[in-house]
Amino acid sequence: MAISYSGCGSGKERALSSLEIGEGGVVSKIAAEGGLKRRILEMGLVPGTQIRMERKAPLNDPISVWFRGYELSLRVDEADAVLIRPSGCAGCSR
Amino acid sequence: MSKTIALAGNPNTGKTSLFNELTGSNQHVGNWPGVTVERKEGRFRFSGTEVVVVDLPGTYSLGAASLDEQIAADYLLAREDRPDLAVVVADASNIERSLYLAVQVLETGIPLVLALNMMDMAADKGITIDLEKLSSLMGVPVVPTVARRGEGIEKLKETIVASLGQEKPPLSFSLPYGERLAPLLDALESRLEELPEPLAGMRSRTAAVRIVEGDSAILAAVERSGVADELNSLVAEMGGKIEEDLGYDLQTALIERRWGFVSGITAESSRRDLSLKARLSISDRIDRVVTSRWLGLPIFMLVTWAIFWLTYAIGDPLVELLEGTFEGFGEWGGEFLAGAGISEMVSSFVQEGLIGGVGSVIVFFPHIFLLFAFIALLEDSGYMARGAFVMDRVMHLMGLHGKSFIPMLMGFGCNVPSIMATRILEQRRDRMITLLVLPFMSCSARLPVFVLFSGVFFGEYAGTAVFSLYVIGIVVAVLSGKVLGSTLFKGESSQLVMELPPYHVPSPLMVLRHAWERGFLFLRKAGTFILLSVAAVWVLASFPAGVEYASTESFVGRIGQMLAPLLAPAGFGFWQAAVALLFGFLAKEVVVGTLGALLGAGEAGLAAGLPALFSPLSAYAFLIMTLLYVPCVAVVAAFRKETGSWGWTLFMVAYTTLMGYGGAVLVFQVGRLLGLG
Repeated sequence: MAISYSGCGSGKERALSSLEIGEGGVVSKIAAEGGLKRRILEMGLVPGTQIRMERKAPLNDPISVWFRGYELSLRVDEADAVLIRPSGCAGCSR
Repeated sequence: MSKTIALAGNPNTGKTSLFNELTGSNQHVGNWPGVTVERKEGRFRFSGTEVVVVDLPGTYSLGAASLDEQIAADYLLAREDRPDLAVVVADASNIERSLYLAVQVLETGIPLVLALNMMDMAADKGITIDLEKLSSLMGVPVVPTVARRGEGIEKLKETIVASLGQEKPPLSFSLPYGERLAPLLDALESRLEELPEPLAGMRSRTAAVRIVEGDSAILAAVERSGVADELNSLVAEMGGKIEEDLGYDLQTALIERRWGFVSGITAESSRRDLSLKARLSISDRIDRVVTSRWLGLPIFMLVTWAIFWLTYAIGDPLVELLEGTFEGFGEWGGEFLAGAGISEMVSSFVQEGLIGGVGSVIVFFPHIFLLFAFIALLEDSGYMARGAFVMDRVMHLMGLHGKSFIPMLMGFGCNVPSIMATRILEQRRDRMITLLVLPFMSCSARLPVFVLFSGVFFGEYAGTAVFSLYVIGIVVAVLSGKVLGSTLFKGESSQLVMELPPYHVPSPLMVLRHAWERGFLFLRKAGTFILLSVAAVWVLASFPAGVEYASTESFVGRIGQMLAPLLAPAGFGFWQAAVALLFGFLAKEVVVGTLGALLGAGEAGLAAGLPALFSPLSAYAFLIMTLLYVPCVAVVAAFRKETGSWGWTLFMVAYTTLMGYGGAVLVFQVGRLLGLG
């Protein structure tokens, strides 16, 4: 799958892990399998969810995202499986 | 007759406080059958009804992603012994996420009461909730509570008892899955209705939903049902069309609809005053410092180091006090029995075996209590998740989880509390690997052995020698973690996917209660095993009757003589070393005392006696053995208690002993080849 890094508002599907801190997006697909996929979905990362990159750990992995009123951390390889479409740099409302 | 209710809820929703408030001190702590996840049960009585409350592990869903979720799901969906009612504890300051679990519980068909906890935090955040609206949308009673202050508890009890007393259960709940999914669910449901027995003991609607969401337990039940082909083709046929229309798979579609329903209820029943937004960011401001690029790791190191230091700085004097008391008590008991004309054998048993044995169990209490008080403080405040967040990358490289760092570090003090601390890890894989590599972290009881030998054999390099042993322990632990992760635990998932909950001030009472429970559980569960082992070693050292304690003629001396040839390739093939290592199983520092006694020199004369037996090279090999071989009996007992498996316990004993022996042989043989011997 081609992942575009062309920036905000382009609407191209890309990995959640590619967002910069403060950048927002809308979840379009969970490209994981098995237990991880179900876990991600059940934590509330379903298609249509507004999400914002909140912070990154000192070694840039894991990352932490904000959605549905709470903050969730994911390893980068886990966040790679969450595909989003950028919704502009303002991010979702808190 | 008493009724049973289950208490479910997300982590960090104050569920434990609520449980304590509901049941008071009327609690019983045990394990869920077959697993070592804690099962708490309590009871209360309200207007003549006796209610048993079963506290389920904190979970976000019933999706069985972790052991905890599996237990909660199994209990609520069980064929028999299902609870009469479930109370879901929701976080009023974030009802959306809490309601997801509540909806899943509703779908199991169990009557539900929603406890809307942390109403005070919701008010602080400017969130107002229309309780009547929420209650009517969900179709369940809703009770607002602030468990930390005991508010709303009586009302909750009243509501629970009233719901239990209802003749007929409320109309069974069916979530509107939308026009696309509903036909498939209906078709599955009506086919399942025709089965002679309910599939996996579930309501047909619940089973249909769980089939579509791809729950592995129900899919296995489908395979066994005899109508697997029919059900599977139904899903494939109708599901294929839905997936095509939606652009994503059935599982995603179903969970998305459930979240949609939850979002809808949240939007309709709660409002948020956005003018209070600025006040909210206290958590965020703390996180900007404690998870920052430059300060995140140093702060975490500082915090864990402080815990380490405080645990032993406060704990060690207490342990010394306890040890002194038991020693004095033992001597007094010995003298008393001797004075009363009791045989030396019996008084020795009472002094060494019985009083000494009880003492060797109790001395662990202060450290376990302190460590768990600090862990509870970290968990309750919300910092534990931040620690795991900043450390995860490093620990994951070693095949471990960010949270593994705390037990690993604590291992340098004493392996026993750190074995128990692995409970903070949720996934089996992370917990097992951490448990298996922990014994290689050199505990403080090994230090006297290192110091003695290094002082005798390595002169000015003694410090370097001791340091090298610590490093070797860490390297062996890391390599073992890598190897175990890619062999025995290959394929088992390791996930982070962890909430960073808002910070909050921990409740001192909860912290102390947690620490006390842990310490007490250790005494109760591991105590017997430790006592029996101490008594067994006493028997081996004292019999056949009449021999001098631990001499060549005693059983342990004979075993030592049998083992000695085995130890020859490692450079210390004499029975005294073998016996010292056998006694080291009681506690590693005992190695020193035993050698002193066996060389007839006492601990003071050891410096002169040791060079007669050991060369510097074989001394270092002996230290490698002491570092790596089977940890002491208390660690083995704690390990057995945490894994709940004798198989894994035996594996750990064999693995560590082989590593110790292999390491010692390697050092001695390579050293000899290099001409160091």
